[in-house]
Amino acid sequence: MIVLDTGAILPRRGGIFGALSDAFWRHPKLLVFLMLTPPVLWFGIIYLGSLLALLLQSFYSLDEFSGLVVPEFTLSTYAQLFRPSNFDIIVRTVLMAAAVTLASGIVAFPIAYMAARYAKGKWKALFYLGVMLPLWSSYLVKVYAWKLILAKEGILNWVFESLRLTPLLDAFLSIPVIGGNSLSVSYTGTFLVFLYIWLPYMILPTQAALERVPVNLIDASGDLGATPFQTFWHVIFPLALPGLVAGSIFTFSLTLGDYIIPNIVGSSRQIIGQAVYAQQGSAGNIPLAAAFTVVPIVIMGLYLWMAKRLGAFDAL
Amino acid sequence: MTSAVSLQQVSRHFGPIRAMDAVDLEIAPGEFFAMLGPSGSGKTTCLRVIAGFEQPTAGHIEIFGETAEGVPPYRRNVNTVFQDYALFPHLNVLDNVAYSLMLRKVDKAERHRQAEDALAMVKLSGYGARRPGQLSGGQRQRVALARAIVNRPKVLLLDEPLGALDLKLRESMQEELKSLQRSLGITFIFVTHDQGEALSMADRVAVFSDGKVMQVGTPEEIYNRPNSRFVADFVGSSNLLPPDFTATITGQRAWASLRPEAIHITPSDGAAMQGRVTARSFMGSTVRLGLYVNGASLHAVVPASGNSANVDDMVGVLFAPEALHLMERET
Ligand SMILES: Nc1ncnc2c1ncn2[C@@H]1O[C@H](COP(=O)(O)OP(=O)(O)OP(=O)(O)O)[C@@H](O)[C@H]1O
Ligand SMILES: [Mg+2]
Repeated sequence: MIVLDTGAILPRRGGIFGALSDAFWRHPKLLVFLMLTPPVLWFGIIYLGSLLALLLQSFYSLDEFSGLVVPEFTLSTYAQLFRPSNFDIIVRTVLMAAAVTLASGIVAFPIAYMAARYAKGKWKALFYLGVMLPLWSSYLVKVYAWKLILAKEGILNWVFESLRLTPLLDAFLSIPVIGGNSLSVSYTGTFLVFLYIWLPYMILPTQAALERVPVNLIDASGDLGATPFQTFWHVIFPLALPGLVAGSIFTFSLTLGDYIIPNIVGSSRQIIGQAVYAQQGSAGNIPLAAAFTVVPIVIMGLYLWMAKRLGAFDAL
Repeated sequence: MTSAVSLQQVSRHFGPIRAMDAVDLEIAPGEFFAMLGPSGSGKTTCLRVIAGFEQPTAGHIEIFGETAEGVPPYRRNVNTVFQDYALFPHLNVLDNVAYSLMLRKVDKAERHRQAEDALAMVKLSGYGARRPGQLSGGQRQRVALARAIVNRPKVLLLDEPLGALDLKLRESMQEELKSLQRSLGITFIFVTHDQGEALSMADRVAVFSDGKVMQVGTPEEIYNRPNSRFVADFVGSSNLLPPDFTATITGQRAWASLRPEAIHITPSDGAAMQGRVTARSFMGSTVRLGLYVNGASLHAVVPASGNSANVDDMVGVLFAPEALHLMERET
């Protein structure tokens, strides 16, 4: 046994870190204060502050003749949102976001399930790599790549042609609203690119939630007489639901806010992101742009409230 | 009569690890059967094989006379109370208990009524609306029990169900489990590494070591007539006597066990066998003495009254030769 020649109380550690450790131990709140100040400043002032400034702007209006913002409280800008041309934009965006979210959920779940339940070691690393790799390359590169894939002269058309399925594609493109001249200028094209770009944001939280489902709950369910399908439906799915909802918050709100993808791949009819971009840019109508930005916030609030009402967070 | 559970030369190997090695067990219907053994001896594996979570590497299993190999857990009328309860966190207590009935499409009112009955049986009436997270460890344990018995399985498996409870709760749960088992008439297979629990509750006990069953018998047999050093050592407070020592008394070279209560202390003068007191602890009505006799260490439990032997005193050591139980196994 090594006998150290020390007293019951060890001497102070020297140096600035020693002094700091002692000070933090004696005043734990000091540490919390120091750790929280920068993020609170950032989040509170810069982020929430600018959000509030934006909200404030939405209660101003634009003088139609002078083109100047009138800093007086009014609800007229919000009323403008309900003009058919603007309201269409909102409905279109929400439908697009809902479709993208639903499809991501359907595509992501099996992938996340496989990764969480069956992938081990090397395969798990491969899964993370596969899901994250697309996030490492530029968003613009990926969107333009999709434009090329979906274009009239693009690879997808070529595939359909080689399989002699062009009539099928043409029939699809002739469907109003979702069709168009080619996939790259149709809503379907926008939808496919959104689906591809946001998919990792759906897969990762879903996989994390599935991973946290304890194996013994699955055993217990089987033990009590549940077939694998019943176990999935009554145990695994409800426990993974918060992850799916978290993922859907990403895909839904990202779609509500994006303006680049529909600009590059899509029809000429705008969605909210593009409307905000146009209003605050060329049109110089900051109040209307601000009012448009409030829409996704309200919709997300409603969505979360509904999800909670439906019990999506019961497993948390 | 067919056994409730019959294991014939059942093995479960994980690569080189023999978690279960050629286990033979016959468990009778309605029996309270305990599996006792140190950590890692294969008790849980044995339960999991019976429940169907693990498939045996070799051997044959029958549950009430029907072959069970290859039958998935959900088709076995065998329920488990898991060591960590495994309650569903997203369901309230009532729905947890009613889970197996829900799977069988029993209608809602009926299954809630049956679940309430099961909760009443474990003395948890009125807790149905709570979430498992809002219960204490002992209460969760009862919910797990109610959930496992609500549809009256043929066999109930319990994996150290009392492990996480404090002593008092543990003792009251032991009694409740016992009376529950008597009133339901279900075969209970109970895993524990607490020998006191196994001996006091079970009709019969199997002692596991390294994936093998060392001995199966009633608590009295296991306690009084251990068949091996391992069992004597693990089950109890019996003295283990080496072959050299046994030979001087019986003339037979074998390991033997000797219960501490069978040893009497006499004055040392004129005693046939003498020993030195090495330790003395007061236990209330009895005194526990450590003795060093003829090169062997023994302990004796003697009445407290009239025993004044102190540490380092020489005393006479007396026991009937029949009290010495010779063991048939080498180890
Ligand atoms: N899935 C597995 N893979 C590999 N080895 C395993 C597996 N399950 C159990 N084992 C091994 O099998 C042996 C028996 O394990 P088991 O869980 O049955 O022990 P136990 O008697 O229940 O112990 P405890 O009292 O600690 O719960 C152990 O050595 C364990 O490491
Ligand atoms: Mg175990």
